[in-house]
Amino acid sequence: MTATASRGTGPVTPGPGGGPAPRRAAIAARTLRKDRWWLQPLLTVLALLLFIVYSTFRAFQNAHYFAEPYISPFFSPCLTTACEGDTFPKLFTGPDWISPALYILIFPLGFRLTCYYYRKAYYRSFWLSPPACAVAEPHGRYTGETRFPLIFQNVHRYFFYAGLVFNAILTYDAVLAFRDEGGAWGHMGLGTLVLLANAALLWLYSLSCHSCRHIVGGRLNNFSRHPLRYRFWTVVSRLNANHMKFAWASLFSVAFADFYVFMVATDTISDLRFF
Amino acid sequence: MTYDAAFRVWRGDAEGGDLRDFTVAVNEGEVVLDVIHRLQATQAGDLAVRWNCKAGKCGSCSAEINGRPRLMCMTRMSTFGEDETVTVTPLRAFPVIRDLVTDVSFNYEKAAQIPAFTPRSREKDGNHRMQQIDVERSQEFRKCIECFLCQDTCHVIRDHEENKASFAGPRFLIRLAELDMHPLDVVDRRDAAQEEFGLGFCNVTKCCSEVCPEGIHLTDNGIIPLKERVVDRKFDPLTWLGAKIGRRPRD
Repeated sequence: MTATASRGTGPVTPGPGGGPAPRRAAIAARTLRKDRWWLQPLLTVLALLLFIVYSTFRAFQNAHYFAEPYISPFFSPCLTTACEGDTFPKLFTGPDWISPALYILIFPLGFRLTCYYYRKAYYRSFWLSPPACAVAEPHGRYTGETRFPLIFQNVHRYFFYAGLVFNAILTYDAVLAFRDEGGAWGHMGLGTLVLLANAALLWLYSLSCHSCRHIVGGRLNNFSRHPLRYRFWTVVSRLNANHMKFAWASLFSVAFADFYVFMVATDTISDLRFF
Repeated sequence: MTYDAAFRVWRGDAEGGDLRDFTVAVNEGEVVLDVIHRLQATQAGDLAVRWNCKAGKCGSCSAEINGRPRLMCMTRMSTFGEDETVTVTPLRAFPVIRDLVTDVSFNYEKAAQIPAFTPRSREKDGNHRMQQIDVERSQEFRKCIECFLCQDTCHVIRDHEENKASFAGPRFLIRLAELDMHPLDVVDRRDAAQEEFGLGFCNVTKCCSEVCPEGIHLTDNGIIPLKERVVDRKFDPLTWLGAKIGRRPRD
């Protein structure tokens, strides 16, 4: 690369409070954008808050999460002896007041919290850093993900691995939903479809992950020497382009699957039987 | 069809300036740069504006149009209503020289700091060989026209001048990614990407990808893969261990 001679006009001293330096164009407005740039962060906040409130309520409610043969994805795998249903081996006895959801929520929560798409979504909408492109953020100082605690975003791939285990378990739950209340195979209800769709969307969300794209082949510099991994990388890259859509669709489907089981478990609705 | 458009253009220099109102004729099919040129020819002969190819390939006429970083030559007037005021300001992240012209030398200084392409030794017949599928990933980044709109919109330096010393900006992070992905290159730039060029400052909010006139997926295809490569090197104990005991060659 050709080095360019310095013209003596390099980085300049920050202005008061770390804001625009005096040599920048003097424009007082925070942004000159005229479009509704605030709408997207607002919708993101509302959607995520709705999910957080609902999932917190359900996790602490500690009831109505199993309606034979369906188990809510918030509570699966259900590890304690206090669990309703029999979808997973009961590994230990915990205090009654701790909901079994709380033992496992850290994994899907951590996967989504460190996800490259959700990072964009909540940095923009909750932390306003920045709220929208070319709209000034309100913070006086910015260090990004260079230090504690945000440097821990780099563990995303480990949550991805854990997410795969959860996907396998939720797929198993969907398969178990082909049994009837008595445990006999050959049943299918609307709940089976709900759990199947949820498992499928979770697989799409996990497999379209940026870390997954890196692991399957992105880290290589010579695709030509690894044709199989190149194929994997190509498929994951195609999925990756839709990562945001899968992130929202799977978030919605998890909440909906839980809500469906909640409704069936409380006898508010009865499961629609196909056979 | 011709109509009179209301324009607000920032006029001034490093000492100060403000938005001035103009009414300028607009013809069908014109872009913002055409109107700025008409303004310069008819009402403001000393208006400073940098431009060159008028085809979205030289990256000279970067400015902010209604607050959004855009190329003036690629912004059609038909995207605005005839009664809409079009505001044109210089790039906010860089020192202003005069009117719409800014001093973008920050970018050239960062470019000069990046470790240059260092190919492995040639094959016995004196050639370098590489397969198309090995280079096409980084070819996307070669489309960059260096308009520096991504640098301008990146909040890390746009809103925090003090970060300029430790953050290279999206354009140069994809340059690092391009070189790191290159099948012939032998330099490991992962430590430098994190420590010297400030990769950790990026919080993947994707504004660089949104404003890129070449449609380069800077974040998804460049910066995030580079972050993952840095994780391999610095934050993942398993890959670190694998590399240490020789079970995990680079490729």
